Amino acid sequence: MATETHGDEGGLVFHPMDQFIIKPLFGGGALPGDGSGGGTGVGLFTITNSTFWMFLAIVCVVLLMVVGTSKRAIVPSRSQSIAELAYGFVYKMVEDVAGKEGLKYFPYIMTLFLFIVFANFLGLIPTSFTTTSHFAVTVVLAMAVFLTVTILGFVKNGAGFLSLFWVASAPLALRPILAVIELISYFVRPVSHSIRLAGNVMAGHAVIKVFAGFAAIAAISPLSVVAITAMYGLEVLVSFIQAYVFTILTCVYLKDALHPHH
Amino acid sequence: MEGELAHIGAGLAAIGSGAAAIGVGNVAGNFLAGALRNPSAAASQTATLFIGIAFAEALGIFAFLVSLLLMFAV
Repeated sequence: MATETHGDEGGLVFHPMDQFIIKPLFGGGALPGDGSGGGTGVGLFTITNSTFWMFLAIVCVVLLMVVGTSKRAIVPSRSQSIAELAYGFVYKMVEDVAGKEGLKYFPYIMTLFLFIVFANFLGLIPTSFTTTSHFAVTVVLAMAVFLTVTILGFVKNGAGFLSLFWVASAPLALRPILAVIELISYFVRPVSHSIRLAGNVMAGHAVIKVFAGFAAIAAISPLSVVAITAMYGLEVLVSFIQAYVFTILTCVYLKDALHPHH
Repeated sequence: MEGELAHIGAGLAAIGSGAAAIGVGNVAGNFLAGALRNPSAAASQTATLFIGIAFAEALGIFAFLVSLLLMFAV
C-alpha cells in the first residue's frame, strides 16, 4: 500500500491513505517474521496502533455501560441516560426485526453495536486510527455473525434450515434456479456485510483527508474550512449509520435463522 | 504502461460510485414520496429504508474497492 515518502513528485505532501498504515506501538521497524529485509515490524502478536484503538473502544464501552450506570439513579446522569438510550434503541431494533425469540441474542447484538459505534467515533478524533476501516477487523466481525447465524439456524431448525434456499412460494420449475441464487446470495452475505462497513469508513476518512489538504489554502479561500467542517459532520452521521446498518443486518440474518420459511 | 492502465481502470471504476448515488437517491426519494402520502406509516418503515440504502450503497462501495485495488494492489 502507500508508503510514507510523498511530495517529491509534486503531488500532495501527505497521502490520503497514509492514515491507515498499521504501525507497531513498541519497538522499531525490525521484522519479527521472516529473516530477510523489508518488513514493517508487524507480526502476528505485535501490539499495533490498531490493537491500541480497539482496546480503547472496549474501555469506552465498559466506561459507559458499567461505570456510567453504576449509580442506578432514578433521575439518570448524562452518562446513564446515554447508556439507557443505547440499550433501548438496540433492544427495540432486535425486537422489531428479529421478533421476540431474537431477544435471547440481544447481548451479542448490543456488544457488536457498541463496539462498532465506539470504534467509528474514536476514529473520528484527529490523528487517531480507525480500526473499522480495516477489512481484517470487519471481516472477523462479519464472519462471527455469519457462523453464529448459520450454526444457530441448523441447531434451531435442523435440516429445515435448508428451506431458506427452497422458495416454496415460487413455481416448481423456478425453484432449483432460485435455490442456486439464494445459496450464492447467502454466502456473499459476510463479504458485503464486512466490506460495507470498512469501505464506508475508509472512503469517508480518505475524503476528510483530501479536504484537509484543501484547508492548506484557507488563507486564500476560507470556504475550505467550511467544507472540511461539513464533511466531518457528514462522517459523524455515517459512522453512526454504518454501525446501525451493521447491527440491523445482523438482526435480519438472525431472523432468517430463526424463521427460515419464506 | 500497465500501471497507467490500472489508473485509468480505477477512474472508470469510480463511475460505480455515481451509479450507487442514483440508487440511494431512488430509495430515499421513493421513501419520502410514500411517507408524505401516509405519514403515520412512515415511522415503522425507517428500518427498511436504512436496509435498502445499505444494499444500494454496498455496490458503490464495491466499485470503490475495485478502484482501490487497481490503485494500490495491481
